[in-house]
Amino acid sequence: MSIYLNQDSKIIVQGITGGMGAKHTALMLDSGATIVGGVNARKAGTTVEHKDHEGNDVTLPVFGTVKEAMAETGADVSVVFVPPAFTKDAAIEAIDAGISLLVVITEGVPVQDTAEVWAYLQGKETRMIGPNCPGIITPGESLAGITPHTITGKGPIGLVSKSGTLTYQMMYELKDLGFSTAIGIGGDPIVGTTHIDALEAFENDPETKAIVMIGEIGGDAEERAAAYIKEHVTKPVVGYVAGFTAPEGKTMGHAGAIVSGSSGTAAAKKEALEAVGVKVGKTPTEAADLMREILRSL
Amino acid sequence: MDLFEYQARDIFEKHGVPVLGGVVATTPEEAREGAEKLGGGTVVVKAQVKTGGRGKAGGVKLAHSPEETAEKAGEILGMDIKGHTVHRVMVAQGAKIAEEFYFSVLLDRSNRNYLAMCSVEGGMEIEQLAVERPEALARIAVDPAVGIDEAKAAEIVDAAGFADDIKGKVADVIRGLWTVFKAEDATLVEVNPLVKTEDGEIVALDGKVTLDENAGFRHADHAELEDSAAADPLEAKAKENDLNYVKLDGEVGIIGNGAGLVMSTLDVVAYAGEKHGGVKPANFLDIGGGANAKVMANGLDVILGDEQVKAVFVNVFGGITACDEVANGIVGALDLLGDHATKPLVVRLDGNNVELGRQILAERNHPLVTLADTMDGGADKAAQLANA
Repeated sequence: MSIYLNQDSKIIVQGITGGMGAKHTALMLDSGATIVGGVNARKAGTTVEHKDHEGNDVTLPVFGTVKEAMAETGADVSVVFVPPAFTKDAAIEAIDAGISLLVVITEGVPVQDTAEVWAYLQGKETRMIGPNCPGIITPGESLAGITPHTITGKGPIGLVSKSGTLTYQMMYELKDLGFSTAIGIGGDPIVGTTHIDALEAFENDPETKAIVMIGEIGGDAEERAAAYIKEHVTKPVVGYVAGFTAPEGKTMGHAGAIVSGSSGTAAAKKEALEAVGVKVGKTPTEAADLMREILRSL
Repeated sequence: MDLFEYQARDIFEKHGVPVLGGVVATTPEEAREGAEKLGGGTVVVKAQVKTGGRGKAGGVKLAHSPEETAEKAGEILGMDIKGHTVHRVMVAQGAKIAEEFYFSVLLDRSNRNYLAMCSVEGGMEIEQLAVERPEALARIAVDPAVGIDEAKAAEIVDAAGFADDIKGKVADVIRGLWTVFKAEDATLVEVNPLVKTEDGEIVALDGKVTLDENAGFRHADHAELEDSAAADPLEAKAKENDLNYVKLDGEVGIIGNGAGLVMSTLDVVAYAGEKHGGVKPANFLDIGGGANAKVMANGLDVILGDEQVKAVFVNVFGGITACDEVANGIVGALDLLGDHATKPLVVRLDGNNVELGRQILAERNHPLVTLADTMDGGADKAAQLANA
């Protein structure tokens, strides 16, 4: 078991012929994920050559539309690598085609575009992860995104994080234990899948024994997650929040990582999490140690 | 990107939102000319700073003639308002105000849509109103797929409780402000006060606009709105090289990959600094995913240019970024800088191609470079060196 993504997932790549798309198609294949094709309207009917994780040649078809790709391959997951200017249309196309899981890796998408995609998605059957995220990995089964599959393998920990590299760092810190699924939800002001969505899914996933939640300054997603944990999560949760020393009013990279005033600070988030019994590490290493202790006591 | 009031005014005008005449000036003489251009009557001289409370700080003054305008501009220019130096004033036409209202539309992160807020009690601190009398501030959700159409504008003015005789006019202005929000890819458009003049006209008397920098690719004109004068020289240099850099006030230079990991690195260095004379992180610098040797060299160049920096901590987890590229970047930058490189570097690499990365650094064996095994260990070493 896992959340959202497993060994049966059939993945297509929107933007499979671009630089990022090609590079990460190769890496996803190398992880053992089942990639069944790609989409690029201008290159429909062509193919791209890759190797699978055993080194065998793989020829992937390029389709003109997501709908066609799904009909031909039975794909249920799409990973989007198209440039920001085209991301909204790519996402809406995939939603219209009825894709189950839409993972938008693209960084720099205008937030109004994301807001419109999110509004469009209401009442439809698609789950969106991202944009501006590393995607999702179920180690040993599948990878839809750019998370390195070599860090660690399968295990009892579920991980949800706004930040890509902090996800990698935490997976590395806990590589001796492994993960059920690790999901990077992205740091943009509006994202398709929230901490709360992931917490709910991990709570319902029998394979996940404990959850690591990584947050950062900006917004109130962590505070809302804390309220959710109090009511609905019975599994142990360890937290980490980045940005204690970030000065107010400065934007630190992620569009979402903006501190303004008292709400949204790392201190406020840590406090909210601790108030509902989440153990919060001061550093990634400390958070990892807390998780190790918890798993030992289970 | 936050705009100055005069820039917001111009954008409002461009989209047909009623505003009063206004001219921006950087010298008293320009302010005088501005007052003449506006007819030579009563004007308001307003400090242009990206912070609130300028009125209380003395940054807004009335002037009754072009001479007095120059004089007041002279008083306001160069003032310090909450740490912001006033480089510009706006000379704005005087208005005969009958009533003051409030309107804003902004991105609502929590609900993943937009929020319009409106009140017939404008002019005052809106945060205070929201806390003390929340019923006086109407909050109406706006569906991003629909926006503020006629029906939504009517809903907003009804909820705010505008008098029947001006409802229509206010709704029109609100739709104009929605056009600004949508057409310019804003995340905030706020007018406080939105006024009714004695002639019964509805006018946006002040404006705060925040633009989404991610949408820059479809707004070529937005680049000109950037306040290049305000940027720190090191920040400007970093920007030229497309580096995501924020200057801070500390001694330990930081380079890392990924915003989250770099923020985390700042925290870990600050904690380590507590044991080493209170040294702090000197900057935020994210070299991004897939960073190559050249990006690393550019980043080091910016950080070593910061005179406050005493030691540098390079903390990279190679996800997409390959550690050998980072190592080559460090070696290349040090060779390039030669004798100019005088500050110790602590390097912690993990992840993609880490063995090769560490090997490259070990073979080069540069006297300034120390390899660290862990993030916490590296932070401690860098803080110690910065305190030496």
